[in-house]
Amino acid sequence: MRFRQRFYLAEVLVGLGVTAAHFFANLGRHTARHVFRSKTARGAVTVQYPEERRPYSPRLRSLHRLVRREDGSPRCVACMMCETVCPARCIYIVAAEHPNPEIEKVPERFDIDLGKCVFCGYCVEACPEDAIRMDTGILEFSSYSRRGMIYSMETLLSLEPAGPDGTPRSPIPIPADRAPSP
Amino acid sequence: MSPVLTDLGIALGRVGFVMLFVLNMGGLLTWVERKQSAVMQDRIGANRASIFGLRLFGLFHPLADAIKMLTKEDFIPARADRALFNLAPLVSVVFALVAFAAIPFGDVLRVGEREIPLQAVTLNAGILYVFAMLSLGVYGVMMAGWASANNYALLGGQRAAALMISAEVAIGASIMGVAMVYGSLDMMTIVRGQGAALLPQYLGTWIPRWGILTQPLAFVLFLTAGIAATKRIPFDFPEGESEIIGYFVEYSGMKFGMFMMADFVETVVIAGMTTALFLGGWQVPHLAADGFHFPWGASVPLSHMTVVILQVLAFCLKVSIMCWFLMLVRWTLPRFRYDQAMRLGWLGLFPLSILNIVLTGLLILGWPA
Repeated sequence: MRFRQRFYLAEVLVGLGVTAAHFFANLGRHTARHVFRSKTARGAVTVQYPEERRPYSPRLRSLHRLVRREDGSPRCVACMMCETVCPARCIYIVAAEHPNPEIEKVPERFDIDLGKCVFCGYCVEACPEDAIRMDTGILEFSSYSRRGMIYSMETLLSLEPAGPDGTPRSPIPIPADRAPSP
Repeated sequence: MSPVLTDLGIALGRVGFVMLFVLNMGGLLTWVERKQSAVMQDRIGANRASIFGLRLFGLFHPLADAIKMLTKEDFIPARADRALFNLAPLVSVVFALVAFAAIPFGDVLRVGEREIPLQAVTLNAGILYVFAMLSLGVYGVMMAGWASANNYALLGGQRAAALMISAEVAIGASIMGVAMVYGSLDMMTIVRGQGAALLPQYLGTWIPRWGILTQPLAFVLFLTAGIAATKRIPFDFPEGESEIIGYFVEYSGMKFGMFMMADFVETVVIAGMTTALFLGGWQVPHLAADGFHFPWGASVPLSHMTVVILQVLAFCLKVSIMCWFLMLVRWTLPRFRYDQAMRLGWLGLFPLSILNIVLTGLLILGWPA
């Protein structure tokens, strides 16, 4: 260390100068914004989250959805690939016979326990039918109980993919234990 | 009204003003701490507490804090010494609060025949009183560490005691120089002495004789030791809120809040003492008892009341600026290690303040009258 650094006080003053310069520059920008109604001055990099949102990346893995066929039935053929590959074992499928003989099976139940899911995206990779996707853009799902974190096939089928800037197009599914009491 | 009642009312008014000033400044500092650190770090800071949708830049957060702390569980460990455990936060905060009493916030106010010194208590050894009160604050911290029946808290209390003792010694020794220059231990006399001109035979009446100009070394030493005495960053190893465990680890609710408030109040006290001893206290440059007398010959006559109001405002402004500066230091510097702070206190600040006393004495002796 040089002598000036060993003495400490000079370096303290330099550091105080840096922080004080930030303080006054930002204070000026805040004043320009709030008092003089400047549109461009920004004194902070803060994004005020629930009101302001940053666009999500198109590659973001968000809440799952099940894709439908043109006739509205689930595209899933209950091949159990996703259930097998899932490292968190959060997918539970019960298969049933499909009325169309060209399609082998159809899921009777397709539950995802989001309390266990680690959002690795393996189920999307493994699916041979492109029946499960993680492109809803929905991140804010919560529940007061573990049971409420299990999302059923009907819920997952009702979701829409996110818009081009990543904003969700479906409303956030609300589990039964959070529904407003009548 | 009988004169006794009037005297009592005046005394209560003086004490009340100081009490309200210190408590409100302490409360406001919690808001300043959040907002100033945010502005320094390109953030916005706490702004969510609102009353009927009115946010006022987060000014309701101190209120929300108080409500939160008052309604939280007040937990006492099973093996704790209950009496000392309950007494410790009280001791901490009370001695921090009463320390401000000797600091003058204005000159003498004349109402009719009466002369009211604008100071909560008129003490002719005010500096000693402030030291005594600041030093007694260490008992609260040690009691908290001891009474918690928690080894980590005990160690934190020990660290706090070691820090505060090494800081008090340096504070005391650095102020000796100021007392020597102005020839008094009375804060009021020291502040009055700072109204005179510095080196009148060379500089005329341009520059006032403030303590920061007559005792620059003592100013730096006092400020450093004062920051250490408040136990805040960069000297926050007694509590170490983010990593190490401090003396109030077992406290919750408003008792914890009182320790926190004591730190903020001590910040105000240190800012007030720095103002009174080094920044001219309530003095406004070139303002005498009958108005402004500028060194280029101009003068603006002012009424007695205007002068007193200007002086009180000047004192409040200087204390606020010092509080801002202490916050700036707190949000700029990293924490000292325990041994580094001890080395700084005993091998840096203390010998330098002794040197300051010697130099001041030699200068006063050798100064051509």
